[in-house]
Amino acid sequence: MRLVDKTIKLNRRAFIGRSAGAAALAGIVGTFSDRGAFAATLKTVTPATAPTLVKVARDLYPHDRLPDAYYENAVAAIDTSVAAEAASKTLLTDGVGLLDAAAMKLKGSPYVAVASEADRITVLKSIEGTPFFARMRSEMVTALYNQPEVWTQLGYEGSSAEQGGYIHRGFNDIDWLPA
Amino acid sequence: MATKFSLNDDSVVVVIGSGAGGGTLSNELAQKGIKVVCLEAGSRYEIPDFINDEWESFAQLAWRDKRTTSGSWRVAKDFPNLPAWIVKAVGGTTTHWAGASLRFQDHEWKARSTYGDIPGAALLDWPITAEEMAPWYAKAEFKMGTTGTNGIPRLPGNNNYKVLAAGAQKLGYKEFHTGNMSINSQPRDGRGSCQQIGFCFQGCKSGAKWSTLYTEIPKGEATGNLEVRPESQVIRIEHDARGKVTGVVYADTTGAMHLQKARIIAVAGNSIESARLLLNSQSNLFKDGLANGSGHVGRHYMRHTTGSVYAVFDKPVHMYRGTTMAGIVRDEARNDPARGYVGGFELETISLGVPFTAAFLSPGAWGRDFSSVLDSYDHMAGLWIVGEDLPQANNRVTLNGSEKDRFGMPIANVHYDDHPNDDAMRTHAYRQSTALYEAVGAKRTILTPPYPSTHNLGTNRMSEKPDDGVVNKWGQAHEVKNLFVSDGSQFTTSAAENPTLTIVALAIRQADHIAGLMARNEV
Repeated sequence: MRLVDKTIKLNRRAFIGRSAGAAALAGIVGTFSDRGAFAATLKTVTPATAPTLVKVARDLYPHDRLPDAYYENAVAAIDTSVAAEAASKTLLTDGVGLLDAAAMKLKGSPYVAVASEADRITVLKSIEGTPFFARMRSEMVTALYNQPEVWTQLGYEGSSAEQGGYIHRGFNDIDWLPA
Repeated sequence: MATKFSLNDDSVVVVIGSGAGGGTLSNELAQKGIKVVCLEAGSRYEIPDFINDEWESFAQLAWRDKRTTSGSWRVAKDFPNLPAWIVKAVGGTTTHWAGASLRFQDHEWKARSTYGDIPGAALLDWPITAEEMAPWYAKAEFKMGTTGTNGIPRLPGNNNYKVLAAGAQKLGYKEFHTGNMSINSQPRDGRGSCQQIGFCFQGCKSGAKWSTLYTEIPKGEATGNLEVRPESQVIRIEHDARGKVTGVVYADTTGAMHLQKARIIAVAGNSIESARLLLNSQSNLFKDGLANGSGHVGRHYMRHTTGSVYAVFDKPVHMYRGTTMAGIVRDEARNDPARGYVGGFELETISLGVPFTAAFLSPGAWGRDFSSVLDSYDHMAGLWIVGEDLPQANNRVTLNGSEKDRFGMPIANVHYDDHPNDDAMRTHAYRQSTALYEAVGAKRTILTPPYPSTHNLGTNRMSEKPDDGVVNKWGQAHEVKNLFVSDGSQFTTSAAENPTLTIVALAIRQADHIAGLMARNEV
């Protein structure tokens, strides 16, 4: 079978705000040279809040093979999306406040400092009914999974017509089925 | 220069919608020398415009105008403003359809007689028989180049099909193959053969898949008898004092309203829009909506009993490579009430890319239980369940009482509750599908709830008696002689099969009938 090369390319391409036809996300986020640069681009939250949002993003849809860069892209896209709505500008900041309060109450430290994933999930579940959680979860579906480099790492090859389809590229090459 | 007809030309047939029903009817009439204006709400894209990207293509082609939902169906919870996944573009949902072209089984034309009186269901026999339909099916299959008919070879099976077939074999199923698909397996009718691109749902970039966009419509236009007017959303249908329809009011993209006169009007906007349009055409003469004296317009909305099963294997499958609906198991399509429900279902392969798998696999899910499935994306196989759902009077399209679209037309509300028969069938189909994949080593199976409906049926149903439905056996409104319904909304019952072939066959037959009525001056 022809397998997909899932090697992570170090020179990450710009994430151009691909989303469900939502023009609001278009062309905002560039390539970040380091984590600090990423945090500084956020419009509705302070840089200090960014690591918490990235942690939430990963805990919602954890893929151990994906580096933080793709979760940062996702958070940046969500930030851009809420920044476009006057009524939502404080959604992420307020949400992180709520989350940290829940984490302090349930686990005795701010969310980002709660060591185990299972404990953080307990905290997340406790705020599942909030607009912050609903927005993060629903937007993550496109903000994370509509990144072409994430596709590659999950073994999806994306657009194929310009490569002649799969007629000569393994559409029927499965070789392990029982006879 | 493309033909243009005058707004005041009252000799034309106006066809509303350019998909399987409207696009086919338009061409068939044009070929007979009848002048047609086909009004399409969406824009006109051509094959090079199609995009191999799920969300971008969705933004380009899908009918995304807001609708509302109600009822206990899962779609109302997961996608409250997206009850249907259909297309707003020239070619309609034939740009998006997967190509499966199955004839109804004989007994499905006689659902009421075959299944009996099912509590809660409003079953009827179709006013047409299997024998009557056979020659029209043959014409439709020839027109569309359906594989497995007319000596056309079936398509080669892709990896996703091979998994399905191996599981079907292990389970003892007998009737499974790569389907009857209106996708060229060899060059035909000026179009090439399937390149196994995938992205069948996003518009076929090789043109191998039949779509009215690049078959019926240009053929009709070449006669000089057909004008297709894109970006023209019909708002209401007008009639004269005697109740004959006389023309349609439509909005262009700027919101300007135009009145196109007509001798005959055929409605083919897909079951949600067709019902919405008739309901919005209420008047002093037709107080509850045009052709709605029986109160049936909008009722008996059907969407097939559906669901998907995805399976994760140790080794790679790459289900997305090649034809999306690459094969079928038909053993469960029969009617066998011993299974605990009437009617039957088909199992057809399906695949989604990563973006749509994330959105549709388990809507609302999060955490490692969900993301671990995506981690195995390239090791997944998938199928779609398509079963007969029962018509129910209260499953219906109505006008939303408070929300209007940008042209001031009330938006549609779609209400649906599963019938216990639908639930029993889905439960059995999930169980069989799980067993099928486990028989070939699936490590994990995921039961995916119904997607927004692509098969929208029955809201202007065909009936022998005017009291039981909206149109007669020709799709002609019981109440209005020169008004026709030409899409899936005329379906009396849903049958287990993908509806496009039947819609096309009915449209060819209807064109013949309309031409006869016109020649005899009966309309």
